[in-house]
Amino acid sequence: MLGFLFRRLGDIIPTFFGVTLLVFFLIRLIPGDPIIMLAGERSVEPERYAELQAQYGFDQPIIVQYFDYLVGVFQGDLGKSFVTKKPVIDEFLTLFPATVELALMGILFAVFIGVPLGVLAAINRGKWIDHLTMSISLTGYSMPIFWWALLLIMFFSTTLGWTPVSGRLSVMYFFEPVTGFMLIDSLLSGEKGAFTSAVSHLILPTVALGTIPMAVIARMTRSSMLEVLGEEYIRVARAKGIAPFRVIMIHALRNALIPVITVIGLQVGVLLGGAILTETIFSWPGIGKWIIEAMNRRDYPTIQGGILMIAFVVMSMNLIVDLLYGIVNPRIRYKR
Amino acid sequence: MKANFVKVALGAGLLAATALAAPTAASAKTLVYCSEGSPEGFNPSLYTAGTTFDASSRQVFNRLVQFKRGTTTIVPGLATSWDVSADGQEYTFNLRKGVKFHTTEDFTPTREFNADDVIFTFMRQFDKEHPYHGVSGGSYEYFNAMSMPDLVKDIVKVDDYTVKFVLNRPEAPFIANMAMDFASVLSAEYADKMMEAGTPEAVDLNPVGTGPFQLVAYQKDAVIRYKAFPEYWEGKAAIDNLIFAITPDSTVRYQKLKAGECHVMPYPNPADLTEMEADADINLLSQEGLNVGYLGYNTAKEPFTDPKVRKALNMAINKDAIIEGVYQGAGSAAKNPIPPTIWSYNTETVDDPYDPEAAKAMLAEAGYPDGFSTDIWAMPVQRPYNPNARRMAELVQADWAAIGVNAEIVSYEWGEYLERTKKGEQGTFMLGWTGDNGDPDNFLAVLLGCDAVGGSNRAQWCNEEFDNLIQQAKTTSDVLERTRLYEEAQVVFKREAPWATIAHSIVFEPIRNEVVDYKIDPFGGHIFYGVDLAE
Repeated sequence: MLGFLFRRLGDIIPTFFGVTLLVFFLIRLIPGDPIIMLAGERSVEPERYAELQAQYGFDQPIIVQYFDYLVGVFQGDLGKSFVTKKPVIDEFLTLFPATVELALMGILFAVFIGVPLGVLAAINRGKWIDHLTMSISLTGYSMPIFWWALLLIMFFSTTLGWTPVSGRLSVMYFFEPVTGFMLIDSLLSGEKGAFTSAVSHLILPTVALGTIPMAVIARMTRSSMLEVLGEEYIRVARAKGIAPFRVIMIHALRNALIPVITVIGLQVGVLLGGAILTETIFSWPGIGKWIIEAMNRRDYPTIQGGILMIAFVVMSMNLIVDLLYGIVNPRIRYKR
Repeated sequence: MKANFVKVALGAGLLAATALAAPTAASAKTLVYCSEGSPEGFNPSLYTAGTTFDASSRQVFNRLVQFKRGTTTIVPGLATSWDVSADGQEYTFNLRKGVKFHTTEDFTPTREFNADDVIFTFMRQFDKEHPYHGVSGGSYEYFNAMSMPDLVKDIVKVDDYTVKFVLNRPEAPFIANMAMDFASVLSAEYADKMMEAGTPEAVDLNPVGTGPFQLVAYQKDAVIRYKAFPEYWEGKAAIDNLIFAITPDSTVRYQKLKAGECHVMPYPNPADLTEMEADADINLLSQEGLNVGYLGYNTAKEPFTDPKVRKALNMAINKDAIIEGVYQGAGSAAKNPIPPTIWSYNTETVDDPYDPEAAKAMLAEAGYPDGFSTDIWAMPVQRPYNPNARRMAELVQADWAAIGVNAEIVSYEWGEYLERTKKGEQGTFMLGWTGDNGDPDNFLAVLLGCDAVGGSNRAQWCNEEFDNLIQQAKTTSDVLERTRLYEEAQVVFKREAPWATIAHSIVFEPIRNEVVDYKIDPFGGHIFYGVDLAE
């Protein structure tokens, strides 16, 4: 197990290196000079342009720029944003908890709704419950996030007035963030009503973000369950007179979950991608919105740093998923 | 499962309702503005975006002279009066006494505003050796864009309450420049203190100004909080707290406005305007914007070197169809290169009529009876002065095809587009301008002056008669004389037709009914001093 962990960690280093290379050169291939973008319609004088180029280090050969960047990265310095002039790592750390909180809620929603839906469909194969749950999941899967999010807002927030439209907390509450996780910070603040406000702000973004992974998980659980339910050991378990609930939950589901866990792991990447849209619509101050804005402004350090950090998170998640296999299914052993 | 979901939603909704109801009951007047984006920082001299100015200069700071709210008229600010020397090269400002700076966690001012603050503010941007020049990236793009480094010779403290700006040449628009956001006055005492503490960047992150509101907290991409400054020199603001709830999506901003989660929102989606107008809780304000959208001809390139060709193409464009199809009615046809809200707008000029037959005849007269082939460059971005350049290009393409001119639509990525049009690679191109300081010079010299060829004069148009008029207007501070010169310049512009002036957009701002005395700012800003909330 430990050997496997080290081997996988060893794999991460070249991947990480590859990501820096890819991101650094790809964003420079996108047309659009950050200095010209900054000046817009008013155009920059050639002398001023040269001055700014020197200031941002663009006057250096690109290999030198890359090398400088790499040296910075390995010292934990992702550079400073061209726009806000603040260290990229500080901005990332301020915004990241918001994305994690949302993604975590999204994945919990997806798992806690998706897995039972899949099981329900599988044990009622061919019946109306199966058709209904699978149509729900297909609809969820096909719904574009921005459209789904706007529908949710219009129905639950504007028409019914049950949930707030956007943001993380009612603007009437004010306290300094401690952990960056609003659910925790609102509890720590001790302000009356702050926690419920934070919860109410989380509902719609969670549903909007979690719907597609929920649909994928439901479908995956269903097909995996169907396969397992046809296995002989299930028949044996039933023949032994074990309660049907126990057969399904202990004997079948646990084995059926292995491919589902793979899918959940892969959904983390999807969630971070979906977070970009969800965060924009719900005015959620996370990294998705931050990177999009940086792209529009060709803020190279922010794009590079942001993508690198996301890649790092996704790689770590995949590693955790690989390790989880062994816990779910003892037959899987990590060999050297 | 479905039933469970409804239960969860219902429960949470009830929770939310109670949560929202509790704090709003507080007695302080709080105005919530659903802003469109995050500020880049809080020192307006370092940035150029309107979003940043809304969050900084327009609430937290003052300038020596200011624009009267809702107009482009210049009124005294931190200077009570100013004198211009006979040669137009010396501007002496008499400063206001008794003006206080904000007190924050990091800083308690020991003195009132004086000449040192003015000197600090401008020398930081002007003098490359100034200890603060390089702080926070040290790029002062607006100061540079307004040619201040070439224009200013020296800035002198005459006494504690008098400051003199010495210029290299007479420049009448200088006074309008001093009302711009980059000229917001910072506290020199605060800057010194932060330098001593080894944290000079704090000056640009935690602003200390003399303005009507002081910054309380900023949570990136989420909320900006201000409170009214009780000792503000013009009197305390009518509202007690001002909150910017950052909401980038325009549809969501509208939903928040409808739900009462904010009082004012900028940049509504044109498709929502009809519904907003019908909403009894919402008051939809509108005003002509300080901008112009145009189609420019590359006058350095055949056949556009001939004014007849340009005129003929102008006459072939159906502007009404463009205003309907591109601006969705939220625009008015432009005849002059400056918007009607700017002084010296010439009401006498006559626009080229839409007349394809006459256009065809004029084209034949210019030697192109069978038309010719060219290109139309369409901007890849949406701007207030041109909400959909691609669509506009298609309409113009069809109009020109009717007189035998075949135009191919070309587009590039925005940075590329700006760079290539500057170099003059285009035949015809679309662009526009939003005024910076309400001075006609800011349109006419910047976009059409000979000095700007190879820069922001992308029509590459240099007309001696026109240029003489605008140069002359720069050197006199007599407004009547300047008005006459600019009016004449507009006549030359109309005759020579380097552009087809398309439209001035109309700015819409929906506000909730309880908002009292909100005014649309012609510069596109959002100003909350002077605004109240009905009980």
